Amino acid sequence: MNSLSNFDFSVAFAVAEAFIIALYVVLDGFDLGVGILFPFAPRPAERDLMIETLAPVWDGNETWLVLGGMVLLGAFPGAFAILLPAYYVPLALMLFALVLRGISFEFRAQGGPLQVVWTVAFAGGSALAAFCQGAILGSFVGGGLQVVGGRFAGGPFDWLSLFSIITGLGVIAGYGLLGACWLIWKTEDDTQIFARELAFTTLLCTGAAIVVVSLWTAFSVPQIAERWFTLPNLFLLAPLPLIALAAWIGVLRSLWGPRDWVPFLCAILLFLASLGGLGASIWPQAVPGVMTIWEASSAHRTQVVLSGALLGIVPVILAYTAFSYWTFRGKMPAPEVNT
Amino acid sequence: MDPVLLSRLQFAFTIGYHILWPAFTIGIAWFIVILNAIWLTTRKTVYRDLARFWIRIFALAFAMGVVTGVVISYEIGLNWSGYAHASVDVIGPLLTLEVLTAFFLEAGFIGIMLFGERRVGERLHFAACMIVAIGTLISAFWIVSANSWMQTPVAFTAAGGHLVATDFWGVVFNPSMPYRLAHMVLASFITGAFVVIGVSAFWIVRGREGDQSAARAAFSLSLWLVAILVPLQIFAGDQHGLNTRKYQPMKLAAIEARWDTAKRVPITVIAWPNPDAERNDYAIEIPLLGSIILAHSLDGEVKGLKEVPATERPPVLPVFLAFRVMVGCGVVLLGIAFAGLYLRWRGTLFRARWYHYACVVCMPLGFIATLAGWTVTEVGRQPFVIYGLLRTADAVSPIAGGAVFGSLAVALVLYNLLLLSFFFYGGRLVWRGIQSLTPISPVARPAGVVGMAPAAKKTINELVV
Repeated sequence: MNSLSNFDFSVAFAVAEAFIIALYVVLDGFDLGVGILFPFAPRPAERDLMIETLAPVWDGNETWLVLGGMVLLGAFPGAFAILLPAYYVPLALMLFALVLRGISFEFRAQGGPLQVVWTVAFAGGSALAAFCQGAILGSFVGGGLQVVGGRFAGGPFDWLSLFSIITGLGVIAGYGLLGACWLIWKTEDDTQIFARELAFTTLLCTGAAIVVVSLWTAFSVPQIAERWFTLPNLFLLAPLPLIALAAWIGVLRSLWGPRDWVPFLCAILLFLASLGGLGASIWPQAVPGVMTIWEASSAHRTQVVLSGALLGIVPVILAYTAFSYWTFRGKMPAPEVNT
Repeated sequence: MDPVLLSRLQFAFTIGYHILWPAFTIGIAWFIVILNAIWLTTRKTVYRDLARFWIRIFALAFAMGVVTGVVISYEIGLNWSGYAHASVDVIGPLLTLEVLTAFFLEAGFIGIMLFGERRVGERLHFAACMIVAIGTLISAFWIVSANSWMQTPVAFTAAGGHLVATDFWGVVFNPSMPYRLAHMVLASFITGAFVVIGVSAFWIVRGREGDQSAARAAFSLSLWLVAILVPLQIFAGDQHGLNTRKYQPMKLAAIEARWDTAKRVPITVIAWPNPDAERNDYAIEIPLLGSIILAHSLDGEVKGLKEVPATERPPVLPVFLAFRVMVGCGVVLLGIAFAGLYLRWRGTLFRARWYHYACVVCMPLGFIATLAGWTVTEVGRQPFVIYGLLRTADAVSPIAGGAVFGSLAVALVLYNLLLLSFFFYGGRLVWRGIQSLTPISPVARPAGVVGMAPAAKKTINELVV
C-alpha cells in the first residue's frame, strides 16, 4: 500500500474517465448517428438494414455511458454531486430519449401497423439524446456553474445558451457523420451510396461546428485562450488540431473510395482529436472554474478498490466486446429478396 | 412544489417500474438455459421451439429493463446527490462493479443470444444464453448488496457527514444481504415461472393442435419448479423476517403495526393502523401467533413503534398493507403450486380446465408480490435513506421542484405508453404461439421483408420455411 499512497490516483482516474467517455462517444455515437440519419433514408428497406447493423451491439455501446456515470461518482464524487443536479433537465431529457430509442430496437422489429411510431421514436430519441449530450458538453466546457459550498446553486435552465445549442447541434452532426461512416463500412449498394452522400453533408457540418466551438471557447474563456496560446503549450498542443484537420481531410478523400472502412476510421480519429482538444482546454478542472480533479476526488481507499476493478475487468470487457463485433462482422445483406 | 416528495415519488415510480423487468428476466433467462440444456441433451425439438419462443419474449422484457435501468443509475446523482456524496466511499465501488461485471457481460452476449444462433453454432449459443443468465444474477448480487447496506449499514467510519468503508467484503456481505438476495432471486424465478405457467395454460385452454406438445412440456416443467421454489421462498422470507427483527426492529414494528413492545404478542391479521392515536382500529388478531412467527418462540419479544419518537418511525399503513399483499400473493401461489402436484398425482394436470383458468389469472401475482415486498423494505426504512444514519430529506439534490415535476410527468406518460406497447407486442407473440414461430431471427432474415408487398412476403416465408 505504501507505494500506492504516493501515486496520483486523481490523474489516473481523469485519464480513465476520458478513455470511457471517448469509447462511449465513438461507440454510441455511431448508434445514435444511424438514428439521426433515419429520416433521410430513401426507403423503409434501408431503415430495416440500418437498424439491423446496430441490433446486436447497441446495448453494449450504451453501457459505457452507465460506466462513465458510475466512475464519475466513484472517483470524483465532488464533481458528480454538482454536475448531475446542474444538468438535471438535459440529462433527464437525454435519459428519456435513450429509453425511447433503445426500446424502439425491439418494438420496431415486431413489425405491424405501429412500426412507423417506433421509426419516429428511434430517430427522434437518437437526435434528442445527441443534442442533450452536446448541450451539456458545451455548457460544461464554457464553465460558469453557480456553486455554493460544494452544491449547485443555480437554476434548472442555466445550461441553456446560444453556445450550448450550437454544441448540441454540432454533436448531432458529428454523430451523424460517425453513423454514416459506420454504414459505409457495414452495408453495400444503395444503402452504402446513401450513406456516402450523407457522410459528405454531415462532414461539412461537423467541420463547421468544430471550428466555431474552438474559436468561441478560445475567445470567450480566458483560461482556455491562455492554455492554447502561450508557449510552450502552443507547440505541445498543436498536434491535436493538426490531427483533426488531417482526419477531416481523410474522411473527405476516402468518402467514395474502395476501402470502405477508412472513412469510419478517420471519423473516429476526428472525434478523438476533438475530444482531446476539449480535454486539454479544461485540464485539470473537474468542474471548470469551480473544482479541480484533486478537490473532487473520493477517499484513497475507494480509489484503490475502483482502480483495481477497472484494471482487472475492463480488458476482459474489451475482449468479449471485440468477440461480439467479430461475430457480427462483414456486410449486412443488401435489401434484395433473392439472397 | 417540494423536491423531496417529488423526488421520492419519481424514484418510487421509476424503480418500481424497473424492478418488474429484472424480476421477470432473471427467471426467464434461467428458464431458457434449462430449455436449451434439455434440447441439447434430449434433442426433442419441442424444447428448442420453446427456447426460441421465450427468447423473443425475453428480448422485449430485457430491453425494457436495460433502458429503464440506465435512468435509475443516473437518478442517484440527479435526485439524490446528497446521498451520493455522503455514501460514495461505501456504495461507489459496488455500483461500478455491477456495471463492470454484470451490465457489460449481459450486453456483450445478448446480441449473440438473440441473433447469433446461426452464426456461432448451438453450443456457443447455449454458452451465450448461460452467460447472460449468469449476468442477471451478478447484477442482482451487487445491487441487492448496495441496497442491503443501506438497510443494515456496517463496516464504515463516519467523518464529517461522510461515510467511508473500512472493509470492502464486510460492506458487500452486510447482515441483511444474504437474506434479501435469496428472497429476491427466488422471487424472480417464481415470477418468471408463473408467467410461463400462465402462458402455457392459455395455450392448453385454447387447444390449438400445434401448440399442445410445447405448452404441456413448459406447463409441467415450470409447475415442478414452483412446487419446489414457492415453499423455499416462504422459508427464505421467514429467515429474512428474523433478520429484520434483529437489525431493523422499527421496520418489523411497522410491518406488524405493533405500537407497544411486548412478549407473547398476537399476530394482527388485518387492521387499520392509526398513527395519531398510536393504536390499531378494527384489528383482527390471533393470540400468541405473532411471537411464534416473528421470533420462533412463545416468549419472543417484538419491539413496538413507541420505542422511538414519531419522527423516526416509518409510515405504518403502507408497510403494514404491502406486507399483507405480499404474503397473500405468496399463499395463493403456494396453493397453485400444490394444486399442480395434486392434479399431477391424479393424472388430470392437462385436463383440469378450472386449474388452467386459475393459472392464467395468477400470472401477475408474482409481480404484485415483488412490488409489495420492495414497498415493505423501502418504505419500512423511512425516514432514513441509510438506516439510522442519513435521512431521506437530507439526501435530496439541490434542484427545483418544477424540474422534478416535469421529469416525473414525462416518466409517467412515457413509461405507461411503453407498458401498453409491451403488452401489445408480448401479447401478440403469445397469441401467435409456438405453432407460428418463424425459425429464423431478425438479423438473419433477408432485409426488406417488412417493406414489401404482401404477395412477395408470402413467397419469402415459403422460401424460408
